[in-house]
Amino acid sequence: MSLFDKFLPIQEARNELLKSGVNPFHVTVEKIISPTEAIINGRTTILVGTNNYLGLTFHPEAILAAQQALAQEGTGTTGSRMANGSFASHRELEKAIADFYEAPYAIVFSTGYQANLGVLSALAGAGDTILIDGDSHASIYDGCRLGGADIIRFKHNDVADLEKRLRRLGDRSHRTLIVVEGIYSMLGDRAPLAEIVELKKKYGATLVVDEAHSLGVLGQHGRGLAEETGVEQDVDCIVGTFSKSLGSTGGFGISSHSEFELIRYTSRPYIFTASPCPSVVASTRATLRIMQAHPELRHQLWTNSQHLYEGLTKSGYTLGAEVGPIIAAMIPTKELALAMWQQLLENGIYVNLMIPPATPNGECLLRCSVSAAHTEKQLVHICQSFQTLKDKFLP
Amino acid sequence: MTSYTDILPQLFNTLKPFTKEGFRLKEQTELVSELGLDSLQVMQVLLKIEDHFDISIPLNNLPNIRTVQDLGQEIEKLLKG
Repeated sequence: MSLFDKFLPIQEARNELLKSGVNPFHVTVEKIISPTEAIINGRTTILVGTNNYLGLTFHPEAILAAQQALAQEGTGTTGSRMANGSFASHRELEKAIADFYEAPYAIVFSTGYQANLGVLSALAGAGDTILIDGDSHASIYDGCRLGGADIIRFKHNDVADLEKRLRRLGDRSHRTLIVVEGIYSMLGDRAPLAEIVELKKKYGATLVVDEAHSLGVLGQHGRGLAEETGVEQDVDCIVGTFSKSLGSTGGFGISSHSEFELIRYTSRPYIFTASPCPSVVASTRATLRIMQAHPELRHQLWTNSQHLYEGLTKSGYTLGAEVGPIIAAMIPTKELALAMWQQLLENGIYVNLMIPPATPNGECLLRCSVSAAHTEKQLVHICQSFQTLKDKFLP
Repeated sequence: MTSYTDILPQLFNTLKPFTKEGFRLKEQTELVSELGLDSLQVMQVLLKIEDHFDISIPLNNLPNIRTVQDLGQEIEKLLKG
């Protein structure tokens, strides 16, 4: 027995996938053309699986800002903020995020994954409890594990199950963190936040909302589900990422609790990693400004989402329950899902193939993420291709 | 009714619907390998057990639960607070 034997089942699963000729989890983008187009397998391909919700990755202002930062501040920071110091631009990005959320405290992390690791592990440690939604992203699970709190899962979006588990905790509910997501990444549904806020208050718990997929998507100003629901004052902390609507990389946490600032001194994913590089910080600040100045991007995103959702519904696909930029078609078997995914790619459309164990309820999904930058022509082509697939594979 | 000896028969009853016909549950029965449960079924079993005993089993403790006996002892620990 060697340490490497544990990889054998993975190797077998990968070999099985390779028999189909393509590995859906190892796609190479040969050339990226625009927020919604790339060359894959030598073919111009519409990207409808890259979470580029506002289509800002090629925005000239963001590119210029990144170029200027590269020239003026260099390629990297070569270390952590605690050891090497913060660049002024790190501070300015934190101020911009805090202002955007109208919150007094904001901390920027090097990735969205690390934002969850950093915030959750710092907030709840040994002796505390974390209640997480069953469909939570891996970064939430990993952040909870890193802190050492007891992790208890409640049924996805099931407020009654959450209350049952809060009740079972007794007095410990006061040292409990509830973690939910604004929009869940697989099926695109939202947390029932108003009800969860009521429970949080009733049991004296603390609430974190991960707005990774809802920043720039929900709310009057694009702040996410908490804004859309009108409960921002009751959410203790919001975490998010720059890598989706803001077309960059990095993550953040914001809060109105003054103790939040002390996370900088306790959070290992903040302390022991290189800080975000200047060009990334600069492009993030630019796209944050662009997003705020152009709410029409969000309106276009919703128009496009409605278009695709209606198109796939008309073709007879079973989709997630809510219209939104994440639209997942449920496919009966893994084999069918793989064949359909491959056919879509051959038709010049890239979506995400999602199969168990990464999916809720063991579903096989063809997951689309819509962009404000998708054109009507692209959306029509995507809908037509899905219709052809339905006729061929699921008559 | 929170001792291991009280918990065990209730645990056998709760697990029985998840076993194949004729399978005899024992304290040393391995929950995953012997019952042949996939990850979704494991979650269903846990939900049922949690509701029956009105407890929540932390995910952190699951890696230490391999047998029926391990599960019974975990329930005992949680019930005693």
